[in-house]
Amino acid sequence: MKKKKSPAQKKEALWGLAFVAPTMIGLTVLNFYPVFSTIWQSLCKTGDFGKGNTFIGLKNFQKLFADAEVWQSLWNTIKYAIIEVPFSIAIALMLAVFLNRKMRGRSIYRTIFFIPMVCAPAAVAMVWRWLYNQQFGLINNLFHVSVAWISDPKIAWISIGVIGVWSIIGYNMVLFLAGLQEIPRDFYEAAQIDGATGLQQFWNITVPLLSPTTFFIVQTRVIGALTVFDLMFMVMDKMNVALPKVQSIVYLFYQYSFTNGNKGMGAAVVMILVVFIMIVTILLQQVEKRFVYHN
Amino acid sequence: MKSMHAKDQSVRVLIHVILIFFVIIMIVPFVWMILTALKTNQEAISVKPFYILPANGWHWENFQKVWKSYNFLTLYKNTLLMIFFRVVCACLTATMAGYAFGRLNFPGKKVLFYLVLLQMMIPAQIFIIPQYVMVSKLGAINTTFGLVFPGLVTAFGTYLLKTGYEGLPRDLEEAAAIDGCNVGQRFLLILMPLTRSSMVALGIFTAVFAFKDLMWPMIVCPKAETTTLSAGLAKMQGQYALDYPTMMAAATLAVLPMVVIYLIFQKQFVEGIATSGGKL
Repeated sequence: MKKKKSPAQKKEALWGLAFVAPTMIGLTVLNFYPVFSTIWQSLCKTGDFGKGNTFIGLKNFQKLFADAEVWQSLWNTIKYAIIEVPFSIAIALMLAVFLNRKMRGRSIYRTIFFIPMVCAPAAVAMVWRWLYNQQFGLINNLFHVSVAWISDPKIAWISIGVIGVWSIIGYNMVLFLAGLQEIPRDFYEAAQIDGATGLQQFWNITVPLLSPTTFFIVQTRVIGALTVFDLMFMVMDKMNVALPKVQSIVYLFYQYSFTNGNKGMGAAVVMILVVFIMIVTILLQQVEKRFVYHN
Repeated sequence: MKSMHAKDQSVRVLIHVILIFFVIIMIVPFVWMILTALKTNQEAISVKPFYILPANGWHWENFQKVWKSYNFLTLYKNTLLMIFFRVVCACLTATMAGYAFGRLNFPGKKVLFYLVLLQMMIPAQIFIIPQYVMVSKLGAINTTFGLVFPGLVTAFGTYLLKTGYEGLPRDLEEAAAIDGCNVGQRFLLILMPLTRSSMVALGIFTAVFAFKDLMWPMIVCPKAETTTLSAGLAKMQGQYALDYPTMMAAATLAVLPMVVIYLIFQKQFVEGIATSGGKL
């Protein structure tokens, strides 16, 4: 049986609905409708010059799965993630552990490491492209080498990954610092009394107690890396011979949807990306259950 | 005991050496960007000798050149307008929804909040094509409204503000209710001012991510006069890729304002971006 609501409760309910209305309507129009629209779009052939879409079932997907470029892009994206995620996290963790104490210059270090986070990736990529320049770039001239950092298909993906790591270290580090602050000091004091070395303390206290933070960072970084676009777009010229070995799946999505104007194929590429991310997320959840320490 | 102290000292030095190594790696790209921006193109593409510093004076006129020929004032204006409206929309809608989810009882609250959480789990790329189609049907290509469109509401902000409102003590509202304040008054006069730190965090978070976005402005504002700094840079690179000092001057102009604002409001920035990210 329903309880009768008092006038005050009814009023509160009205206020509540009115307050969430803008957000819920907005999310419906801007996000939930687009999900279904993209799914539908991926099953259609895009009409030329604004003509309507025609339903063609899974043909877009058949075409994509038969296309070596798609598989290569998916693999490129994974390779980028394999560089960006572990390196940016390991370096950030090291820096955070170093900075998690009273020391001179602590806040200056933190400020500097965080700067790339407020820089437009478009500008960052332009600068790195110039650093990597084979003839005139700083790196080659400083070390007297002549490496084709971004046009040799064998190493271009690593060079791009390095930019990704450089860009995100500071962000990961700040998240780690916040996590480290939650670990009670007396754990370390007790360990010191027992004669544990710094490295022992790190493995036996810091690593397990920090694991929820670490897992959170891993999860956001993996998804961030799998949707990388700006770096490839800005660093790799359209004529660059290494582009096929570097372009990411989102890059391919952009090419199909907005350079070639083929929204049906673009939507199908997005669907592949979304399914892929869902699979990765589920796998990560399994990892969390096993390795993350909860009090 | 003394050797112990010496060992401590050397560990401390080693830590500083590693930290300074990474500081150099973080700083060098920026230094090189600015140094290149102050050279002539001949200096920039000279290898023997290889110039670290500009050899024949500092060519500040490169900045004037890009400022004029790329119409940076318009790019700044477009970027600023986009950021302003995105921050206003995000803060306004999120604070209202966050208050309702955190403080009020209404039918469907649980389901609606699950939808908010669901939105945060969906990769944003899936929204782009339909959002673009909507913007173009509204005739809003090459407008500020087009740039702001995907940011009219925010699921993440709603979540962030909900946590902020939940954290406030219960009796605040009860006291106000006894004084005869209605829900709207309680919200506006008593609770909203107390969530200022969450609002600032959301504002900075929104501003920085809007500023960094590249793909959306490229899609909805393809014209040079209507686009943002990020997308403007992409256009310039297509045209002037080989004029390195010019490109670096443009990059400098694009990153400088945000870096300066960051250096002034460091604490708020780090908290706004990282801790609000950490709450997800």
